[in-house]
Amino acid sequence: MVTTSQTETTNTGMKGAQPVILVQEVHKYYELGETRVHALRGVSIEIARGEFVAIMGASGGGKSTFMNILGCLDKPSAGRYLLEGIEVSSLSIKELATIRNHKLGFVFQGFNLLSRTTALENVELPTLYARISKAEGEKRSREALALVGLADRISHFPSQLSGGQQQRVAIARALVNRPSILLADEPTGNLDSRTSVEIMDIFQKLNDDGLTVVLVTHEPDIAQYAKRGIQFRDGKIRRDERTENQPRASEVIKHLPSLED
Amino acid sequence: MDLLAIIRIATRTLARNKMRSVLTMMGIIIGVAAVIAMLGVGQGARQTMQEQIQAMGSNLLFVGAGTVTRSGMHMGWGSTKTLIYDDMLAIMRECPAAQSVAPGSSSSGQVVFGNDNWATRLNGTEPQYFDIRSWPFQEGSSFTQNDVEMSANVAVIGETVRKNLFGTTDPVGQTLRINNLPFRVTGVLTPKGTSAAMGDDQDDIILIPLTTLQKKITGQPWLRWIMVSAVSRQASYAAQQQIAGLLRDRHRIRTGDDDDFFVRNLADMADVADQAGQVMTLLLASIASVSLIVGGIGIMNIMLVSVTERTREIGLRMAVGATEGDVQQQFLIEAVVLSLMGGTAGILFGLSASYVITKTLSWPVLVSPVVILIAVVFSMAVGVFFGFYPARKAAQLDPIEALRYE
Repeated sequence: MVTTSQTETTNTGMKGAQPVILVQEVHKYYELGETRVHALRGVSIEIARGEFVAIMGASGGGKSTFMNILGCLDKPSAGRYLLEGIEVSSLSIKELATIRNHKLGFVFQGFNLLSRTTALENVELPTLYARISKAEGEKRSREALALVGLADRISHFPSQLSGGQQQRVAIARALVNRPSILLADEPTGNLDSRTSVEIMDIFQKLNDDGLTVVLVTHEPDIAQYAKRGIQFRDGKIRRDERTENQPRASEVIKHLPSLED
Repeated sequence: MDLLAIIRIATRTLARNKMRSVLTMMGIIIGVAAVIAMLGVGQGARQTMQEQIQAMGSNLLFVGAGTVTRSGMHMGWGSTKTLIYDDMLAIMRECPAAQSVAPGSSSSGQVVFGNDNWATRLNGTEPQYFDIRSWPFQEGSSFTQNDVEMSANVAVIGETVRKNLFGTTDPVGQTLRINNLPFRVTGVLTPKGTSAAMGDDQDDIILIPLTTLQKKITGQPWLRWIMVSAVSRQASYAAQQQIAGLLRDRHRIRTGDDDDFFVRNLADMADVADQAGQVMTLLLASIASVSLIVGGIGIMNIMLVSVTERTREIGLRMAVGATEGDVQQQFLIEAVVLSLMGGTAGILFGLSASYVITKTLSWPVLVSPVVILIAVVFSMAVGVFFGFYPARKAAQLDPIEALRYE
């Protein structure tokens, strides 16, 4: 299912042992009227290329805020965030948009596909904002859809696809501009357990091919497929450890009852 | 993102909500159609007016008995008794720019034929009047100079009078009664229609010899007007001055005093009518353009709804790399596409409307390409102006909030 083309592209630009993500003492506060909400209280993390990280924690623990900062949708109030060596906090709003387009791929809980727009056109969306030709964008979109196993569904509308298939379209969309990192925010939150494992299978295979994956989840079952688990609580990192002998999703699926049964 | 791609996306987005898009465009369609139709009809009316004035004879001058103010009382047009037959002869004799002249006086009369009767204008004149006004006969002919000398009871009738009194009967040779005097009809004039410049029915008229009118009907020996044709159109201004000078002399009007007559040049009348037409056209067009503004507000309204509905889409586009500029451009172009499509449809409707209107009134259809160009530019401007605020609003959404929007 996963072809080698992904390997070639995600590995370009690798510079020695430089971490893909380097977060140092990041704080984030929100002013809510009189009170100041301190969402992140000094977070430092280093994520190397090719890692598969699961970020966990109860809601309100700061993991969503952290994810927004990693995704360049938000800026830290204090501290440094370097994405492939680029100081993100100093970039303009427009430059952040370009970074999101080139270096990041987003997968959301609610899929966020455009309805009444075919799978192919949904996947093409990020290429419209990249400096590549329409033909090249379409070629890459077809490749990305093939990569997630939906080559035969390119002209289907989201309403004609199952939840798992919709999420796979969303993953293809996240991959189409060949990003450095795949950011997934509760990607299995709206899916049943078997489909969730299928999605984790895709993530594991993409990671095998060298793609850095950062996953936010509150389900320990899902987090166990990642190589590294980071626990957030009260705006701080409580735990950061390697996952010992994580299961292979492809193996787990074999023991799950099939929906067709 | 190239412009063509954005336009394609905008068209597709609008096509997804066909009913809504068409209804939104309706404001612009009606606005543009109204402006085009009004300008077209206005231009047609002006053209027709000009043609009618030309048809009356472009080198025609009209000398009227003036107004007098007696003891502070303004007496109205034709209230002086100083314009006389000799003035006419003097004009013919002494004004080189005048080619021919016809005297005239007016009254009104109750006309009876058989069981029908009709009230109409009664003009007394001489046979050359019909030449000066280039007014041909559809039947019969004019009364003669001999009839004038004899004060004969003969009459020439206009088309409206013929229709109302004679119906299918051939009027020539018939005798009708004007103010209880019998008159023999010698001819029927061709219809001239409603005068665009004055708005009155030119065919509602009876013409009889001047002397007959003066002696048998009004009892007034003075003239009410003199028609003069100048030797050429250019000469009509010279004729106007010569006649004015001559009549001031003859009426012994001292420098500084008001004239007791007036001389109208048809070229002047054409200008006045043209200006009136232009004012009318602009007035109509500006009223019509109000609906364009209303249409623009409609576009703004729908674009605002669309921005709210598509908040998540906007958030998503921003997350995958759309800049504020990209989002703003997308919505702005959607608004412009809406208004331009409306404008194009409006032009088509406006053209057909002005075609139908002018054909019904048998006026020439006149919609200049400039008007169409202005309509296109204007509807585009409406799209940009009223699409800007919603587009700005979309561009300034916070992607995090927008993605979470339910």
